[in-house]
Amino acid sequence: MSAIVGAESIHEHAESHEHHHVSQNFWQKYIFSEDHKVIAKQYLITGIIWAVIGISMSVIFRIQLGMPDSNLSWLKPVLGQWISDSGKLDPNFYLALVTMHGTIMVFFVLTAGLSGTFSNFLIPLQIGARDMASGFMNMLSYWFFFLASIIMFGSIFLQTGPAAGGWVIYPPLSALPEAHPGSGMGMTLWLTSMAFFIVSQLLGGINYITTVINLRTRGMSFDRLPLTIWAFLITAVLGLISFPVLLSSVLLLIMDRHFGTSFYLSDIYINGEALPNVGGSPILFQHLFWFLGHPEVYIVLLPGLGITSEVIATNARKPIFGYRAMIASMLGIAFLAFIVWAHHMFVTGMNPFLGSVFMFLTLIIAVPSAVKGFNYITTLWRGNIVFTPGMLFSIGLVSLFVSGGLTGIILGNSALDIQLHDTYFVVAHFHLVMGAASAFGLFAGVYHWFPKMFGRMMNPTLGQLHFWLSFIGIYMVFIPMHYVGIAGFPRRYYQFTSYDFTHKFMDMNMFISIAAIFSFLAQFIFLWNFFYSIFKGKKAPKNPWRSNTLEWTTPVNVGHGNWEGEIPAVYRWSYDYSKPGAKEDFIPQNVPYSQTLESNLPHENELIATEKEIEAQNFNDQFKTAH
Amino acid sequence: MASNVTTPGAVEPKFWMGGIEPMKASYGKLMMWFFLISDTFTFSALLVAYGYQRFSFPAYSGEVADFVNSNLYWPIPEKVYAAVPFLHGVYLPLVFVGIMTFILIASSVTMVLAVEAGHRKDRATVEKYMLWTILGGFTFLGCQAWEWAHFIHGTDNGTLMTIMENGKMVEKTIFGANLTVNEYGPAAFADFFFFITGFHGTHVFSGVILNILIFFRVATGLYDKRGSYEMVEKVGLYWHFVDLVWVFVFTFFYLV
Ligand code: HEM
Ligand SMILES: [Cu+2]
Repeated sequence: MSAIVGAESIHEHAESHEHHHVSQNFWQKYIFSEDHKVIAKQYLITGIIWAVIGISMSVIFRIQLGMPDSNLSWLKPVLGQWISDSGKLDPNFYLALVTMHGTIMVFFVLTAGLSGTFSNFLIPLQIGARDMASGFMNMLSYWFFFLASIIMFGSIFLQTGPAAGGWVIYPPLSALPEAHPGSGMGMTLWLTSMAFFIVSQLLGGINYITTVINLRTRGMSFDRLPLTIWAFLITAVLGLISFPVLLSSVLLLIMDRHFGTSFYLSDIYINGEALPNVGGSPILFQHLFWFLGHPEVYIVLLPGLGITSEVIATNARKPIFGYRAMIASMLGIAFLAFIVWAHHMFVTGMNPFLGSVFMFLTLIIAVPSAVKGFNYITTLWRGNIVFTPGMLFSIGLVSLFVSGGLTGIILGNSALDIQLHDTYFVVAHFHLVMGAASAFGLFAGVYHWFPKMFGRMMNPTLGQLHFWLSFIGIYMVFIPMHYVGIAGFPRRYYQFTSYDFTHKFMDMNMFISIAAIFSFLAQFIFLWNFFYSIFKGKKAPKNPWRSNTLEWTTPVNVGHGNWEGEIPAVYRWSYDYSKPGAKEDFIPQNVPYSQTLESNLPHENELIATEKEIEAQNFNDQFKTAH
Repeated sequence: MASNVTTPGAVEPKFWMGGIEPMKASYGKLMMWFFLISDTFTFSALLVAYGYQRFSFPAYSGEVADFVNSNLYWPIPEKVYAAVPFLHGVYLPLVFVGIMTFILIASSVTMVLAVEAGHRKDRATVEKYMLWTILGGFTFLGCQAWEWAHFIHGTDNGTLMTIMENGKMVEKTIFGANLTVNEYGPAAFADFFFFITGFHGTHVFSGVILNILIFFRVATGLYDKRGSYEMVEKVGLYWHFVDLVWVFVFTFFYLV
């Protein structure tokens, strides 16, 4: 009886909800939306725009590095005064480009664009929630990011150019306007933008964590959460703890820049004249920065790893290998991420004993990282692999993660790092392991969840083409770059024409640049596929990849509130693929064990008794109404 | 699939099974907790920076009684913070800051009482204790303003120091403190003092503003209508946090 009454009243709610919908105008629905799905798409589109800008910048400086004699006059319409009359790129602007490229890619594309998109989109859908804990804060988070974006974008057009001290903005270069044109207004805007960016990250992160803890649907215990959600949760915790430290260091830097304090400055002469600052320490900044900086690289990578776990298990049609080991390794990585920061500072004159402590801790990270690598490979082992574009990019991520991680182990040795620090070897290391791997995670996520986001499919053939060109292109860029680095090419140099030892490597540098342009062009396949499919793609079925997670139980075009009627309960983990005895090769999380007697394991039969209990666990607001 | 609709309340809730708020903590309260965790790291970074800087300077090595200010070593806090309003020239080390600390801690106690009254939905008592808390907050801020003013103004005699000015070393008597130079010790001493106590003061100030806001909402009966005084609890958490941070700031700047 009561069950029927319940269902009816829910239906009513759903209806009254419909009315509510109509009254939402364009602004509420698409601009200042509090719906997590719309916010996710806002993050995605903004991230894509930033990616286009950021990668274009890298192509410009790659041309400068690979073909130093080329005439860049054709860029004059875009870059204006930064191209000289003889067609040369301004050396100061080269540094600004490198800085902006790093900042944009690390923070705006791979932090905001990646976890902003997928944490927002997938957390409520995969844990079975109507929306984020606070839709309003979620909206604020996006708009703070937007504000940060506007400021950073604006800084590119300054007369003196944007910030140019590298994405790590070490003082004194960043602290003294006299040090470099970009250290004036450009750096001021950089710092302002990043302050807003941090606020945005904190608002978002607090929301993600709270949502995962409080709004899981009944039956969704922590050991049934998909690994994506675990990854987003841990990412958010990392951000919550490390971004405030960046905020502090940025605030102190602002004080040094504008109020004459000496936190980071000491004994500096400008044009032979001494500055009054005494007693500050630029190394202090490096400590604070890298306390954020190292966790930040995992903030960038972990969502990609989570997405990969999900996509690989689904498309290998096999349970993920070592579910608990995956969680443990992510927790281990997250913990270690906070105690290894000084491996970026081996050559700052650090006490060699301290260096060896940090070396030891750093090398331990290889253990949980290897656990993840092996688990992915074992999941793929003898699976019935379906090579969707999402799957290809996920496998690509594993490959990039392994090859980039290996060079990390080399860099982690403080003695080897003396030779390799600040060379292109480091650049190659982190582009493989962080840049390309996380970008592949982003692509995997977009290809995999596009049907849920837009109700349409992307073109798989174009997706596969995009994968192969990117995969080949990226390795062609970064494998040679290791050699250039070992040969001693320092990073952040405008050109290498005036040294003897660099001559032999000019052709290699040119090869890298050509490969970079090649990879860049390959991305247009994606752009076209993405935007075309939003409007004209094939209509998506409800569960195109025959996946187990809850988001595929929602209607094809998900409305506000995600599920019509009640939120499904969850009875099993999300990795029941190809279970022996089962009718299909997948059993979604919301199918109770009592309906799959033919495939249950003995201990799962015992769980049937708990089903009633799970169903009665509706103590959340979101179960009382359909909204 | 079976219909999942069931009547609530028929079973004992299992806190980590989903469908429920674990430990009965509402999302708002959780968010406050996580915000406080992250703010802890903001302050920790500042205090660690302070420690890093402080110990890169030599400490004063002589007898405490013979201590004189100099920018060559870090000052002894009790020699610097020894003034009390209206008692000009009397040496009362750490007395005034002790009073400030006491006031702030007392305001935390009144906050506890307000929260407790909120649990009983006793509006008049909540109002009373919120007012005391607000008063405590303002008094603390007032004290801090005096402390700053005195620090900036400095002692009657100042200190003779060798400092860098316009690119040259000059010998000069310094009075009080600003962000570039101060009579008590190295520039970093005053820089950190201003920045960290200022940053903490900003937190106290926003706490007072929040408290006033919540006070008005209590007074207009909003929480009676809502049937829950949880907002009082949330600002309470924030207020205790700000107090706790002060204890650390106090320890770092005045005691160590
Ligand atoms: C086995 C694991 C890893 C080890 C041992 C390792 C070690 C290192 C070391 C020692 C450096 C400093 C090199 C130098 O500047 O001289 C470095 C740089 C870097 N690593 Fe890794 N790494 C590992 C994995 C990762 C991962 C997974 C990521 C990102 C997701 C990453 C991102 C970076 C970045 C961004 C930099 C350069 C930052 C810069 O100077 O601009 N690393 N790595
Ligand atoms: Cu690192």
